[in-house]
Amino acid sequence: MSGNLNYNWRWDKIPNYIFKYHTGREEWFANVLLQGLIITVRVSIYASVLALILGVILGIARCSHNLVVRMLARTYLEILRNIPPLVVIFIFYFFLAEQLIQAMSVEDWSYKVAKMENNYLWEFFCGDMRRFPSLVSGVIVLALFESAFVGEIVRAGIQSIDRGQREAAKSIGMTNFKEMRYIVLPQAMKKIMPPMANQFITLIKDSSIISLISVQELTYKTAELVSSTHMIFEAWLTTAMFYFVICFGLSLFFSKLEPDK
Amino acid sequence: MITKTPIIIFQNVDKYYGNFQALSDISIEVKPSERMVICGPSGSGKSTLIRCINGLESHNYGKLIVDGVEIFEGSKDIIRLRQEIGMVFQQFNLFPHLTVLENLTIGPIKVRKVSKRQAEIMARKYLGRVHIPEQAEKYPSELSGGQQQRVAIARSLCMESKILLFDEPTSALDPEMINEVLDVMVELADTGITMVCVTHEMGFAKKVADTMVFMDEGKIIEVAPPDKFFSKPESARCREFLEQILEH
Repeated sequence: MSGNLNYNWRWDKIPNYIFKYHTGREEWFANVLLQGLIITVRVSIYASVLALILGVILGIARCSHNLVVRMLARTYLEILRNIPPLVVIFIFYFFLAEQLIQAMSVEDWSYKVAKMENNYLWEFFCGDMRRFPSLVSGVIVLALFESAFVGEIVRAGIQSIDRGQREAAKSIGMTNFKEMRYIVLPQAMKKIMPPMANQFITLIKDSSIISLISVQELTYKTAELVSSTHMIFEAWLTTAMFYFVICFGLSLFFSKLEPDK
Repeated sequence: MITKTPIIIFQNVDKYYGNFQALSDISIEVKPSERMVICGPSGSGKSTLIRCINGLESHNYGKLIVDGVEIFEGSKDIIRLRQEIGMVFQQFNLFPHLTVLENLTIGPIKVRKVSKRQAEIMARKYLGRVHIPEQAEKYPSELSGGQQQRVAIARSLCMESKILLFDEPTSALDPEMINEVLDVMVELADTGITMVCVTHEMGFAKKVADTMVFMDEGKIIEVAPPDKFFSKPESARCREFLEQILEH
């Protein structure tokens, strides 16, 4: 073992794995790292939307008057909060991918779409349709996991609304649903926005975990690249930079959006 | 002069918070168009009593009938019934994310299913009634306390309810704003709507009340018309209370 790092740096090769010029077709195309990044962004956006929907339902359920509803929501939350994300993801994945997705024959359907002529729209939103089942399980698994935390943010938001607001809503004859929809949630959402933005950034980082269930996002693609080229440091540092730029950029963007205090 | 059947009937109503008895054996009736003022020291249960009427609190024992409908915990009728009962709160409880006009129209539009146009016409009429027609487009936070409370009164009027409940409507106001709210309430009293007010404003009470009620420790101690109530109250406790608040 010498004191010197015995490593042959090949930084010059990296740009080619982001963009590459196809000499035959005479055009630039996105190579593995950028492909992975696009899928990471796609998965993160879809999973956030789904997590937001589930989280709002969960948050409302946590504040329910009904004890059974409240306990179910609490159980869901505590299970997800006290099991490592990786374990959660493996359990959900083998249940979802092996059972649910096959049962719904998503696979056949997506192969059919992949063979269609004008599937640009599908490709734009879902990428390679042959990988669609893995995209779906990745999104669902990530959304289920993050929904627990979104649910807690929503609950805190709902409970921060003054009791008098709810009483005033009731006193003009609103049902529980209308009270939530027109009075409580609009006010809670404003308070929820900053922590929700943070949670979105966390979700982007957490999305690297689903590389372990073969969703071909940035981390997965990087691991692939490393095993075929052995450019360990270059590839991982580039990927780290991608994550950093996106997450830090978003956090700057969100803090701009927040009104001054 | 008041001979109609009562619109609010309490029969031996008890209410507990854990072991603490907030209302004990309350029996009282309010007739349509009657103006009742409830007073008493703090913690005497007067707010609890008034909040039972629209089901914001539920009683444990006894019978409570409002507008011909019996109220009990978990009753489905209570939501429909609340459309007939307006309530004005001590802390105003206006919806801060809505403009004044939206505060007034959200009930009629979302609950009574009135058209938006119709609701706005009505809202502007009632804003005029509480003397702030020019504030319709503002947000509650841009108004003074007195103005906010008048918006809150207009909000309950917009539901065109049969009964108006006031839960210490002037207690959170700066002294110079109390009169503008009381003036509106005096004007309302002349319209024939049934009013139940919890208040310490004895000048207001003398002016509008048909019936005075004095409560202490969760019980109704005295019920009397205002002239008798203020000149020669029967119970010693009521006399003491009146001396204390009328002293200054």
